[in-house]
Amino acid sequence: MSTPVTKATDQPLLAVRDLSKHFEVGRSGGLFSSRPRLLRAVEGVSFDLHRGQTMGLVGESGCGKSTTARCIVGLQRASSGSIRLDGEELTTLSARQWLPHRRRVQMIFQDPYASLDPRQTVGSILAEPLAIHSTERPKARRLRAMALLDAVGLNPRHLNRYPHEFSGGQRQRIGIARALALEPELIICDEPVSALDVSIQAQVINLLKELQQRFNLAYLFIAHDLAVVRHICERVAVMYLGRIVEEADRDTLFTNPAHPYTRALLSAIPVPDPAAEATRNRILLPGDVPSPVDPPNGCPFHPRCMHAPEIPADACTRDRPQLLPRDTASRPDSPHHCACHLP
Amino acid sequence: MALLDVQNLSVRFDTQDGSVRAVDGVSFQLEEGETLGLVGESGSGKSVTNLALMGLVPAPPGVVQADHINFAGRDLLTLTAEELRQLRGNEISMIFQDPMTSLNPLLTVGRQLSEVLEIHQGLSRREADRLCAAGLADVGIPEPETRLAAYPHELSGGMRQRVMIAMALLCKPRVLIADEPTTALDVTIQAQILELMTDLRERHGTAIILITHDLGVVAGCADRVHVMYAGRLVETAPTAPLFSLPVHPYTRGLLASVPTLTGDPTSALSSIEGQPPDLANLPAGCAFAPRCDYAETRCRSGPMPLEAIPGESAPRTVACLLATEIAAASGGAR
Amino acid sequence: MRANNERWDLAGRDMEALLAEAAALQGESLWQDARRRLRRNRTAWWSLLFLLAFGLLSLCAPLLPIPSPVALDLQTEPMPPIAPWTEFGNHNYTREYWELSAIDSAAVDLRAAIFDDWQTGSWMGRDSKGRDILSRIVWGSRTSIIVALIATLCSLAIGVTYGAFSGLSGGRIDNLMMRIVDVLYSVPFIFVVIFLITIVNEYRTELEDNWGIGRETVFYLVIGAIYWLTMARVVRGQVLSLKNSEFIEAARVLGASTRRILFVHLVPNVLSIVIVYLTLTIPAVMLFEAFLSFLGLGIEPPKVSWGLLAVDGTEAINPLRIFWWLVVFPAAAMGSVLLALNILGDGLRDALDPKLRGKD
Repeated sequence: MSTPVTKATDQPLLAVRDLSKHFEVGRSGGLFSSRPRLLRAVEGVSFDLHRGQTMGLVGESGCGKSTTARCIVGLQRASSGSIRLDGEELTTLSARQWLPHRRRVQMIFQDPYASLDPRQTVGSILAEPLAIHSTERPKARRLRAMALLDAVGLNPRHLNRYPHEFSGGQRQRIGIARALALEPELIICDEPVSALDVSIQAQVINLLKELQQRFNLAYLFIAHDLAVVRHICERVAVMYLGRIVEEADRDTLFTNPAHPYTRALLSAIPVPDPAAEATRNRILLPGDVPSPVDPPNGCPFHPRCMHAPEIPADACTRDRPQLLPRDTASRPDSPHHCACHLP
Repeated sequence: MALLDVQNLSVRFDTQDGSVRAVDGVSFQLEEGETLGLVGESGSGKSVTNLALMGLVPAPPGVVQADHINFAGRDLLTLTAEELRQLRGNEISMIFQDPMTSLNPLLTVGRQLSEVLEIHQGLSRREADRLCAAGLADVGIPEPETRLAAYPHELSGGMRQRVMIAMALLCKPRVLIADEPTTALDVTIQAQILELMTDLRERHGTAIILITHDLGVVAGCADRVHVMYAGRLVETAPTAPLFSLPVHPYTRGLLASVPTLTGDPTSALSSIEGQPPDLANLPAGCAFAPRCDYAETRCRSGPMPLEAIPGESAPRTVACLLATEIAAASGGAR
Repeated sequence: MRANNERWDLAGRDMEALLAEAAALQGESLWQDARRRLRRNRTAWWSLLFLLAFGLLSLCAPLLPIPSPVALDLQTEPMPPIAPWTEFGNHNYTREYWELSAIDSAAVDLRAAIFDDWQTGSWMGRDSKGRDILSRIVWGSRTSIIVALIATLCSLAIGVTYGAFSGLSGGRIDNLMMRIVDVLYSVPFIFVVIFLITIVNEYRTELEDNWGIGRETVFYLVIGAIYWLTMARVVRGQVLSLKNSEFIEAARVLGASTRRILFVHLVPNVLSIVIVYLTLTIPAVMLFEAFLSFLGLGIEPPKVSWGLLAVDGTEAINPLRIFWWLVVFPAAAMGSVLLALNILGDGLRDALDPKLRGKD
């Protein structure tokens, strides 16, 4: 496998602008004047991802992070907004036009038990992308499949085995090898380690980091676990109810989170240190995440926010805060955005 | 005397492909009102251990053996199926990982809750309803009277888990077995549920067996921690010393591989190499030896008894031949 | 802890040798696993062997030294069975058949060449027209097998493709395709068959002369037309649940075409359910054939089918004499085949269930 040459431009590899995805979930109103009830899964999401970089997309279930990923790889059509890969618009492509871009954008799935076809050998699973995209002979494909197995730390001799003969961690490695087969520039990782045991999780994270270095990959890393994200992502965006509420580089986000939701998320992570657990100040969020079909007015987080009452003039319940830069003066190269009325 | 005393519990599943030892010689005690954390990865036997306690191991193919499982002076092994059923939900309750599948989708929450009381305590419907509403209020569910009429799918995941906990606590059990109670939940909801469980234990004095794969969860909740690997206990210790000075190489590896919010994020995470063992085909000697950095020739044969480390004050036991050396080396380094 | 992952050094390796090593480490597919577990299920395995043996017997019917199924020997009443040890065989074979196909008549030639005029005795007795019951059962089973094959082929070719495509497409296409199935379902097929057969009877010479369509062809066509419907529904349901699974999404992300997703990923994964369903459908089809033939709407004499044997059997039941062999032997043949198919279907369902994989 060759390392793709990095183009010397400032253009981001992936530029997402104002991406929205709405699902119709039944209708409301009378029999004749009915309007579709919309589930706003993703609402106005924008971010850039540069070559060789890792961007984390974090949030709880139902926050729209997976839908964002699925829109980017074309598994779902965006309702509005734009997704540009190297300047080229992806949202308007037909299935046939998408085909050449498949080589550049690949995906790793969450569940290592469901993401591999149980009736195919590992060899066929890894040769499939090559069968679709290249004219290589079957023998050459098998040799490439062996090299891929090797690249993800599996024994290439196990080419003719079936997925059920591997453990969860090994299966996830096969999933990674399949994503690598087309030598993509961008891999969307949809919760790639959340279904794995802790000790295996670390192996897979290390493997992903190693492969990134080796092949100059860009990752969009979707996760609900901030601690995992911290170990692999340079930039992190936190999503809540379909919107990005805070986006910053790793150090800023973890040491100086601005949004109350980010702070609550950070404080909710259990720490494997009894002393720290006993003394630390846990922010307990009241209630549940509201339904995205019927999100609260104003700031979507205000019903659970501990700071909302402090903000004058009911701003939180009336105006939705924009995602605005914070103290950019200190780090002009790495902007910190936050959507909160809190100064 | 301990509330629950399990001695030499083994569970094996006899399949035509061979015998799978899911639990192998596990012994532990649970004191009144304490929280015992049972930690292990998938396939470590932590859930099967507790199914065995509840008499819920499917047989065949499951075969449960033990010297004794004493609960409040009775040996659970000698009880009839009917007596065990009486015990379950009344004196020992259980909550599961997935609150959705543990609730009947066709019955209202109130119906399911009052059923427990009607079965075990023979209360009237009206009386049961009143107690149920109180139970829901107890686990922090707002407007409990209206919630009684709700169906499970109308509640969020966190609410469902609260209902499960309320149901488990209705009969004021002496032991609550919580099998991965927060794994299916979001972090902020997990924090709520853990807080709730700690609070309930303080108020009701229920002893809790907390089964989890998440070391962070036990660090915050448990008094003592038992670590399982491949069906055996490998290390038992009070929570504080276990986390500050883990001795068994597996515990050490597990603790080191947890991604944390402190430490250098750019360095590679330390991980335990290799794959978890196949329970149908366990290696001789220490099951962890093939993945262990410390392993020596003698680790690959013979039994691995769970033993105290000479000279250590904490009541810790470790199933490792090199425990003394490792403890001395890391204790000295600190 | 070791920080590095182990790597197999591919640089200096002979890839061909490695490929050969990989070939030696052939994994066990889910099919192989299923076969292994089916073999452990004794009853199901014996059912399978019994069915194979029965199929072979029926395939070889013209080669067997059994009496002709149609040779008449008019007597006053049916001849009871003669045990093989009393009379094992005799030399009364006469070559009498209906119009046989070229292959079958060649096989009969071969039989005559080998056994000459020797034939087995009337082990299972004779019917009121003096025809040998054993021979009629064996020859009659061929009709049942043809019917089963037609239903199987239609189910597989039309049903699986139709259902899989419908499920995968979803939306309006799915809706339309399934409404078509619903419409076909709601047609009362018994009446259609009666109607069609009546028409065919009316114009049978014209149809046969101009179109080559006989009553039998219509009969088979009708069976083919009915028996893919349920399969289409079953497969569609399976595909609906499979198509959102991650491995199908992964294939989409790789750019796999709809055809590829359908035939490489979906069909092999629904095939286990298809097989189970087939083994449970075949008995129903066989019964349907027997039922239609019984009503006089299926196979016509002089040809023979199990349905017609049942007709003979019922005619033989009268209050004065019970010619039990006319009922017992055909019923036993049919019953044992249907039972074996049902047991096999049940065994296959257990063997192919992925949840039970690796267990007994």
